[in-house]
Amino acid sequence: MKNLWKITLATMLLCASVNPAGAAEPIKIGSFLTVTGPASFLGDPELKTLQMVVEDINAKGGVKGRKLELVHYDTGGNAKDAVNFAKRLIKNDNVDLIIGGTTTGDTLAVIPDVEKEGVPFISLAGAVEIIEPVKKWVFKTPHTDRMAAAKIYGDLRKRGLTQVALITGDGGFDKSGREQLLKLAPQYGITIVADESYGNKDTDMTAQLTKIRAAGAQAIINFGLGQAPAIVTKNIKQLGIALPLYQSHGVASKTFIDLAGDAAEGARLPAAALVVAEQLPDADPQKPVLLAYKNKYEAKYGPVSTFGGHAYDGLMIAVAALQRAGGADKAKVRDEIEKTQGFIGTAGVFNMTPQDHMGLNLDAFKLVEIRNGSWKIVE
Amino acid sequence: MRLAGFYLFAALVALLPVLFPTNYFVIVVGASAGLHVILAVGLNLLMGYAGQISLGHAAFFGMGAYASAILTTRFGWPSLLALAAGLLVAGVIAWLLARPILRLRGHYLAMATLGFGIIIHVILVQATQWTGGPDGLAGIPPLNLLGWSVEGDFQWYGVIMAAMLLAVWLSLNLVDSQFGRALRAVHGSEFAAQMMGIDIVRAKTQVFVVSALFAAFAGGLFAHQQAFVSPDSFNLIVSVELVTMVVLGGMASTFGAACGAIALTLLHQGLVVFEDYEMLVHGILLMAVMIFLPQGLFVGLSQGARRLWATVRQEF
Repeated sequence: MKNLWKITLATMLLCASVNPAGAAEPIKIGSFLTVTGPASFLGDPELKTLQMVVEDINAKGGVKGRKLELVHYDTGGNAKDAVNFAKRLIKNDNVDLIIGGTTTGDTLAVIPDVEKEGVPFISLAGAVEIIEPVKKWVFKTPHTDRMAAAKIYGDLRKRGLTQVALITGDGGFDKSGREQLLKLAPQYGITIVADESYGNKDTDMTAQLTKIRAAGAQAIINFGLGQAPAIVTKNIKQLGIALPLYQSHGVASKTFIDLAGDAAEGARLPAAALVVAEQLPDADPQKPVLLAYKNKYEAKYGPVSTFGGHAYDGLMIAVAALQRAGGADKAKVRDEIEKTQGFIGTAGVFNMTPQDHMGLNLDAFKLVEIRNGSWKIVE
Repeated sequence: MRLAGFYLFAALVALLPVLFPTNYFVIVVGASAGLHVILAVGLNLLMGYAGQISLGHAAFFGMGAYASAILTTRFGWPSLLALAAGLLVAGVIAWLLARPILRLRGHYLAMATLGFGIIIHVILVQATQWTGGPDGLAGIPPLNLLGWSVEGDFQWYGVIMAAMLLAVWLSLNLVDSQFGRALRAVHGSEFAAQMMGIDIVRAKTQVFVVSALFAAFAGGLFAHQQAFVSPDSFNLIVSVELVTMVVLGGMASTFGAACGAIALTLLHQGLVVFEDYEMLVHGILLMAVMIFLPQGLFVGLSQGARRLWATVRQEF
């Protein structure tokens, strides 16, 4: 009996000592994305990108000799599930950091938990509220809606247009974009002469556009995602409204051009450099990064979108931070993410500071025009 | 003896966190399931006992949640007062709505409640200045119970489970009261119930209001627990899920509804391993339950167990 005790104890000790000795335990990266549901066109390329890049990094030997392990859950765009899955990642899966939160709603919902538990979190959602005010553990990689608004207004000013009509949908992206457009208008000397809205599932927006036509606007801004902006674009053409049309970065994908067809010709929008990668001058430091990501993604999954690019940026920033921190210590990794300087990603050049947890400036957006069914940089 | 099942359930709920104090599936999923139980038990009073369908129950859940969220964040109300206000709002709206809407039957009632749910959802999305719009409302302060601020998942488990047990206890007592018998009579035959001297309009109104209060109560707790609300959590899908919980567990049984709520919550967490096929497996399981246990999981299984017990006793 005494011997049995000794053996048990020895075995237990052995087991306990073996674990830390095998230091090649993987670094766990948690992720919750909207892979199904209405926002799946955002979450799907994000997940594919994460899987692709993690595989790639592991093939090259991982980070500091440790492999990366991706733990992923699908929220379906439901904030309640996002909260539960974030908790599951933190408490059950013991992840070292989180990259995820496809939509602003999902991201905002998990912030209280992430802050309380102290886990580095890189969000892939758009709204500026995510990083303003600054939250200790929360970062993000996509451009903000405020930047998009500023970019559009900058171009309007250049063209000397000041009377603007807004038409936006009822989604989160649309609503917070509209808010930023309204907020920034006075700063750029822009007058909003009409402010119309539609439901994102509507199939006809001619009523709103007829009102806009009567309002005496010089340009129309449509801030939205998915199919609705394509319908707006078509309706504008059908009604014969000859005003310059601005769209948001939310439609910076080939699908939009396909859906809107001829009507999209001449529409302008702020977009990440990814969609015009080939047109960038060779001297642009972003060009090789963009082409490398684009070619790899397209070889594996088909047409690239800027949304997957945000996931790429998030993961690469995290990997660089892990490398500098020399491990997965949460506080150290957080500090290192905050110190990200001159990181060249698909969205632009990231320079994070304790005051700015995104680190992109307005140059990160290119103003593009749709010409002959393709994107053309106009600066 | 009548409440034996309840005590057993309460003991289980109290024992689980003692055994697994840090287990995610007990503490976090358990709290989530607890809220669903309150909702399902409330809806079961209306659906299971009174035989009236509601496809808009997430609206009352949302009213409770948004009342708590808006009043605490924008007006600085104490959380308990905000919770009470949410109950009041949902109760009054349910009462106003009950008379016109519960005159309808079957498909028409389903349509009307469906429409109501959608209207409330549209309001939550569109009234941005109050509700924060589709991105939701963040920064809801923790629930403050007479000086004790509820924080952390473990404490929340305790609060939600206490609330859930209260809801189950209330429901068990309600259905065994005169009120409960009146509801069952209305379910059986409205005409016969009227002949027995039951004021059916009053009975239906009361049960609709009670059911809405259960939902709003869960909503208030939900808002504080999550510290964030957004309209997605109160859309049509949620209403349908609530109906599914009641039907899955077994109609006209308080524990049936509770069982359905817990099963569906666990199922959702458990099936994530199937990734792309999650919804497929989910659907197949629900269909299987409905085909093989048409009375619902709890009711079907407990009847089966009882029959088995009877045979065993006869044989030996």
